[in-house]
Amino acid sequence: MAEHYPALQVVVPLLAAPLCLFVRNGRAAWGLAVLASWSALGISLVLLSQVTSSGVISYALGGWAPPIGIEYRVDVVNAWVLVIVSTIGALVAPYALTSVEREIGARRIPLFYTAYLLCLSGLLGITITGDVFNVFVFLEISSLSAYALIALGQDRRALTSAFRYLVAGSVGATFIVIGIGLLYSMTGSLNMADLAQLLPGVWESRTVKVAYGFLAVGFCLKLALFPLHLWLPNAYTYAPSPVTAFMASTATKVAVYMLLRFFLTVFGAAFSFDVMALDRVLLPLALVAVVSMSLVAIFQVNVKRLLAYSSVAQIGYMILGLSFATVTGLTATLLHLFNHALMKGALFMAMGCVMYRIGSVHIDAMAGLGRRMPATMAAFVAGGLSLVGVPLTVGFVSKWYLILGALERGWWPVAVLVLLASLMALVYIWRVVEVAYFREFTGDERTREAPWTLLWPTWALVVLNLYFGIDAGRTAGIARQAAEVLMTGIGQ
Amino acid sequence: MTAHLILSLLVPVAGSALIVLLRRNPNLREAASLVTAGVLFAIVLRIYGAVSDGARPEVILVEPFPGIPIALEAEPLGVLFALIASFLWIVTTAYSIGYMRGHHEKNQTRFYFFFAFAIASVMGVAFAGNLFTLFVFYEVLSLTTFPLVTHAGTEAARRAGRVYLGILFSTSIVFQLLGIIWVYAAAGTLDFAAGGILRGNVAAGTVPVLLALFVFGIGKAAVMPFHRWLPAAMVAPTPVSALLHAVAVVKAGVFAVLKVTVYVFGIDFVAELGASNWLMWIAAATIILGSLVAFTKDNLKARLAYSTVSQLSYVVLGAMLANSLGVIGSGMHIAMHAFGKITLFFCAGAIMVGAHKSEVSQLGGLGREMPVVFAAFLIGTLSIVGLPPTGGAWSKWFLGLGSLEAGQVGLVAILMLSSLLSLAYLMEIPLKGFFGKPAGAGHGSGDDDHGGHGHHGAPKWSVAAIVVTATACLVLFVYPEPFYRLMTMVTGP
Repeated sequence: MAEHYPALQVVVPLLAAPLCLFVRNGRAAWGLAVLASWSALGISLVLLSQVTSSGVISYALGGWAPPIGIEYRVDVVNAWVLVIVSTIGALVAPYALTSVEREIGARRIPLFYTAYLLCLSGLLGITITGDVFNVFVFLEISSLSAYALIALGQDRRALTSAFRYLVAGSVGATFIVIGIGLLYSMTGSLNMADLAQLLPGVWESRTVKVAYGFLAVGFCLKLALFPLHLWLPNAYTYAPSPVTAFMASTATKVAVYMLLRFFLTVFGAAFSFDVMALDRVLLPLALVAVVSMSLVAIFQVNVKRLLAYSSVAQIGYMILGLSFATVTGLTATLLHLFNHALMKGALFMAMGCVMYRIGSVHIDAMAGLGRRMPATMAAFVAGGLSLVGVPLTVGFVSKWYLILGALERGWWPVAVLVLLASLMALVYIWRVVEVAYFREFTGDERTREAPWTLLWPTWALVVLNLYFGIDAGRTAGIARQAAEVLMTGIGQ
Repeated sequence: MTAHLILSLLVPVAGSALIVLLRRNPNLREAASLVTAGVLFAIVLRIYGAVSDGARPEVILVEPFPGIPIALEAEPLGVLFALIASFLWIVTTAYSIGYMRGHHEKNQTRFYFFFAFAIASVMGVAFAGNLFTLFVFYEVLSLTTFPLVTHAGTEAARRAGRVYLGILFSTSIVFQLLGIIWVYAAAGTLDFAAGGILRGNVAAGTVPVLLALFVFGIGKAAVMPFHRWLPAAMVAPTPVSALLHAVAVVKAGVFAVLKVTVYVFGIDFVAELGASNWLMWIAAATIILGSLVAFTKDNLKARLAYSTVSQLSYVVLGAMLANSLGVIGSGMHIAMHAFGKITLFFCAGAIMVGAHKSEVSQLGGLGREMPVVFAAFLIGTLSIVGLPPTGGAWSKWFLGLGSLEAGQVGLVAILMLSSLLSLAYLMEIPLKGFFGKPAGAGHGSGDDDHGGHGHHGAPKWSVAAIVVTATACLVLFVYPEPFYRLMTMVTGP
């Protein structure tokens, strides 16, 4: 069975999804979702350990040999992203039980888990596949289920947010499929490894460059790079809490992965950086994202929206690492994929706990919560410090490599901007901390700590934040290995 | 010996756990604090013994990044700092018992808990084996002292806490961290090494910039214009101001500046390039301006705070002189100022608890009621100013010699001028106390209504602590030998 792990990685959650619909019982559906997401985590960990020790795994789906058949191709890069997605999935699924029962009507709970598992399998599929059209298929699976998940939010504004996301997401997907179509017209292939061999022959063609442009816009919409981020804040703000925690930690990460995979593996680092000047296009956008979105986050009063803007800024960090066009820069990008998933996951989960108890995440409603919900708010503080990048947290590790990358290129003003942005993060996190710890509690006298079913996944992420902040050797090692794979291209 | 290094971190942490466990019984809780402090000092003494015999124990705790471990290493400068901090922790704990009870402070368990934690971070700073470790404990120290600064939980405390964390974090993240990563990118290592690690790795023109990143980035050294957090922190209970904001935290700052100058840059390297020439004058300006501002403060703790700002820059100045005499003076001033200033803060707290006075102008005639306290204040003042028969005389002496060695006669004049200034603004207090007239009767009657406490004198525990530190100031004049010897080991043969 072990040789079929690449297929099972996607198939297990994909099959569990319709089953959830059939059982019609919220708890049973939840059990299935937990089971499926933990098996996905197990499989992804096995895959990661296999590729780090013995190299690339190529799996021919249905026994059809590539490049004609669909190939699942696992190397360090996507094994790493698989682990990120499935780790978050495995923690959000148990967390969802209590939270969903509060935020979503009982009738729709099985639907929620169906959509959740579809979204998970879509994201895992995008990551694992080695076929560009298959990427598009899974992209649609994950996006459509994501629209449904967001629309399940209890606030009516969730509907308009989901609709805006749908419009933006569809535009992005269309751009991507146009790009893929143009590539196919030039090369007659859809297999990534095959394309990587064929494309250098047609580099000079304008069609390939146009395809590159379409893909770039499509990906940037999906990963919410400034100024194509407008769909994100509302979607994250009004989605049900577990959905926000899941989407914020996985969806944009997978989009960043797509961008890296297409532009560095399929087109090749040389083409992207030397011919298309990808680094020079992305650098200013990333810097503006980092600084302006951190600034916007400072002035938010809804803490979920605050964290959403912070996400857009953090995506800027990831793209910034890419725009250094060096192994160190890419290491920072890949590390931050993981690290940001851990910190944002923890923060949004803490907000879910708050939502569960007081029904609001408005900053004024959180006055005095530090004493009422000490475990929840302590998790928020820890996650926040990680976001700021205090030493011994994962946020610090990301920042370290990012600044090292900037200084290696001799770009010290970039390094200074990154540091200033982390100060802004300190400001917006500290606003919440001050309200929670220094103001008097004004809400319902019966408000207690969140139930442990919500707390343990939250704290599991907090502990991971600290653990991988203290012992970053392994994560940094894998990220560097992955960065080297991306920079050298698929031939090696 | 490596076990002792690890214990120096673990003992205060264990102590803080014990404090929480014993929260129901204040007497046991305070006993736990005292015992922990005593054990810690004993451990540091053992390390001191080993280091003065030439050992350099080191231990790696964890390795967060490949090649950049969190490591502890005992070397003379760190031992000097650890000795002072751990000894004064014992005294401060004794003092706190009197103060916190006498002042009816709330949340005392939280107070002792974070206090012990802060000391653990101080030990980490003192024994940091590389620049990264130093930075980590430096930041942890900022975080653990934040709840102490905002202890009162009032609006004023909240605002002060914002300034405190804001300045300390901004400077350390934007300047210091940038400097550290820059050093790593250039030298490929962050280890402390005799003679520095930068020679041959960086262009001469960048050295002054890098040095400035550290001098300003180590905000705890309170070099102007990044000194505002220190007066703000005075909102904390007096024992915090005394130990943390006269000794542990601020000394962690100047200690870091000194350590970075000696072991990362190397004093010869700095001196050859003249990289510190303009920073000397920044330090000199802070010395004078701090003293001038201190003059204008009527609030006793605020006056002492600005005096600290001024005195800290003596240490920075000594480091920037970049010669052996300057470094010796700098290290000795860490010790001498610690004993002098903690005495002054202890007295300020005793006056506040015993007589409910916090402004200098209210102190008239109080010396006759609290003779011990005011006599101790006098001794502390002499030590800060640098007059015999107190320990402060030695550090000023070496700093003066160092300035001459560096050929900076102007700096010697500034040192003299600042001593005169501090003599003036500090002497006012014992003079008022012993020879001044009591405050107006109308005012006094208002005070007597104050909760019916009246003037019942300073708490016994606190007075005992004051006597210890004041005596230490005197003893250090005749016996500065241990500190001097440690510093000569730093500057080398």
